[in-house]
Amino acid sequence: MEPLEIAELLKKRFPGQVIEIKESRNQVGVLVKKGRILEICRWLHDDPRLQFNHLADLCGVDYLGKRDCRFEVVYNLYSIPLRHRIRIRAQVPEEDCKIDSVTSIWMGANWHERECYDLFGIEFVGHPDLRRILLPEGWEGHPLRKDYPLDGGGKNWSGYEEIRKKAKDLRQFDFYGDYPDPTKEKELKDVAGKDGEYGQ
Amino acid sequence: MENMDNNQRPFEPYEIQMGPQHPATHGVLKLDLELDGETVIGCKPTVGFLHRGVEKLSENLTYAQALPLTDRLDYIASMANNVVYSNAVETLLGIEVPERAKFIRTMVMEMARITGHLLWLATHALDIGAMTVFLYCFREREQLLDLFEEVCGARLTTTYTCIGGVRQDVTGHFLETLYKFTEEFPSRVREYETLIDQNRIWLKRTQGVGIVSKEDAVSLGLTGPSLRASGVDYDVRKHLPFDAYSEVEFEVPIGKKGDVYDRYRCRMEELLQSNRIIKQCIEKLPPGPIRADDSPDLVMPFSKKCVTADATFKSGVIKLVEDRKHYMEGDVYVSGECPKGELGFYFVSDGKGRPYRMHIRSPSYIHIGALPFLCKGQMVADVIAIIGSLDVVLGECDR
Repeated sequence: MEPLEIAELLKKRFPGQVIEIKESRNQVGVLVKKGRILEICRWLHDDPRLQFNHLADLCGVDYLGKRDCRFEVVYNLYSIPLRHRIRIRAQVPEEDCKIDSVTSIWMGANWHERECYDLFGIEFVGHPDLRRILLPEGWEGHPLRKDYPLDGGGKNWSGYEEIRKKAKDLRQFDFYGDYPDPTKEKELKDVAGKDGEYGQ
Repeated sequence: MENMDNNQRPFEPYEIQMGPQHPATHGVLKLDLELDGETVIGCKPTVGFLHRGVEKLSENLTYAQALPLTDRLDYIASMANNVVYSNAVETLLGIEVPERAKFIRTMVMEMARITGHLLWLATHALDIGAMTVFLYCFREREQLLDLFEEVCGARLTTTYTCIGGVRQDVTGHFLETLYKFTEEFPSRVREYETLIDQNRIWLKRTQGVGIVSKEDAVSLGLTGPSLRASGVDYDVRKHLPFDAYSEVEFEVPIGKKGDVYDRYRCRMEELLQSNRIIKQCIEKLPPGPIRADDSPDLVMPFSKKCVTADATFKSGVIKLVEDRKHYMEGDVYVSGECPKGELGFYFVSDGKGRPYRMHIRSPSYIHIGALPFLCKGQMVADVIAIIGSLDVVLGECDR
């Protein structure tokens, strides 16, 4: 089926949900409200005319200052048996930064959604295990947001100092234990730099 | 000890950590395994040790500058990443690549597939305990890497393609050497097969292990040989042909059971099919230009001052002409069949010379996400076989 036909079908099936149908480079994207996204996805997956069984990609986009609705979650769907595809974009406003999880439809959505949560801070309601994935626990902020500076804002991750201290302690290995030799100890300190710290 | 009545041992699941520094996890992958005896009842992968923020970096680079970053995704077959990335940018910009460049790209992509699969076979066999195959595979991989070096100057981080074509034309010597390679490669594949195909240990370690059904494989988002081994006919090269794939003949091997053995068989067959494609590309390679006329130009800056003023990074040496008319606003998702599976790039453009948002759909990431499902109920030793059979690269997973 042609992607535009699918988009029209979707508009007819869910009146009031479709905001915009946009075609770019022969690919059709349908902008929808986030309220009934789970129903829409289930319909796209189950309808025998559509059979979108392959969730090719799921990701977030931050339109800070460009659009009224700040975030979008993008679902790139493909139907392996029927060989057609469509893109669903769901609006997620900043004030209400959550959307229904689609893990019950595609198991593979699990890690996609965790990544989106990690890097954009969009919460997926009904996700079985919503934790940070690429960044460590305790990371502040969500790096792919447009207001997150490229260099991280000069702040270090809280676990960084801990690791640094551990490395520093390991470097101060006592080679000469019971037989102190002041001259050799001095040489060692020179090699390690000031207070045995790493040069930066 | 009170629970020890009637010869029943106490049920006490315990956890072991596998990785992140473990030779069989193919990189820095950490698995928290919950075990009951030797059976895995839970598996929690931890990834992100190699996270470099490629997507965030790309938003601050021009399209041409972000190309070398794709080498660092799947560093085992970086040619394939280059080709898919360039295809995606060209789709966004609406650039038509000349025929000759298309054939060259198809050729190098299949070479990358062979190098990728050879490294997979080598390490997978090594994990399971077959040492000899490792050495044999590297013999052929080395020949192909030398050819990469000849065509673009680098063995691993190639950056061979450019937006609108390829950087350099292939030479006669390159084609001759490659043709000679394709002539003898099928016999090499048979050599690997004689080493392991009839091997009882190999069969026992792989057959019936890590079975994933058709429906589950699709739902989990598996792609590439890992999906096809379960009997699903999905190959981006056939479904959404890119480059010269519509002009060459090849078969897509499909498995039946979806176990580790079938995934192995599918990849072995793919080696031969890739070989066939390379051969056809050499035979059909048309003359002509290797870059599109309207591809974005890379110009050297006039002075050193210009670099620091314009480039995003202080060390940038090449400045892309950014004020092109046809950077359109909108978004595209373009995928290609890489050795590991479907690699996709999703671009959002706001009409400027840099991507507003770039998302990489990396097959390894999805495959590791499927590990908890695949490992459940398996033995600890089989976890290694399953990781190996999925063919994951952590550079691509963590991005």
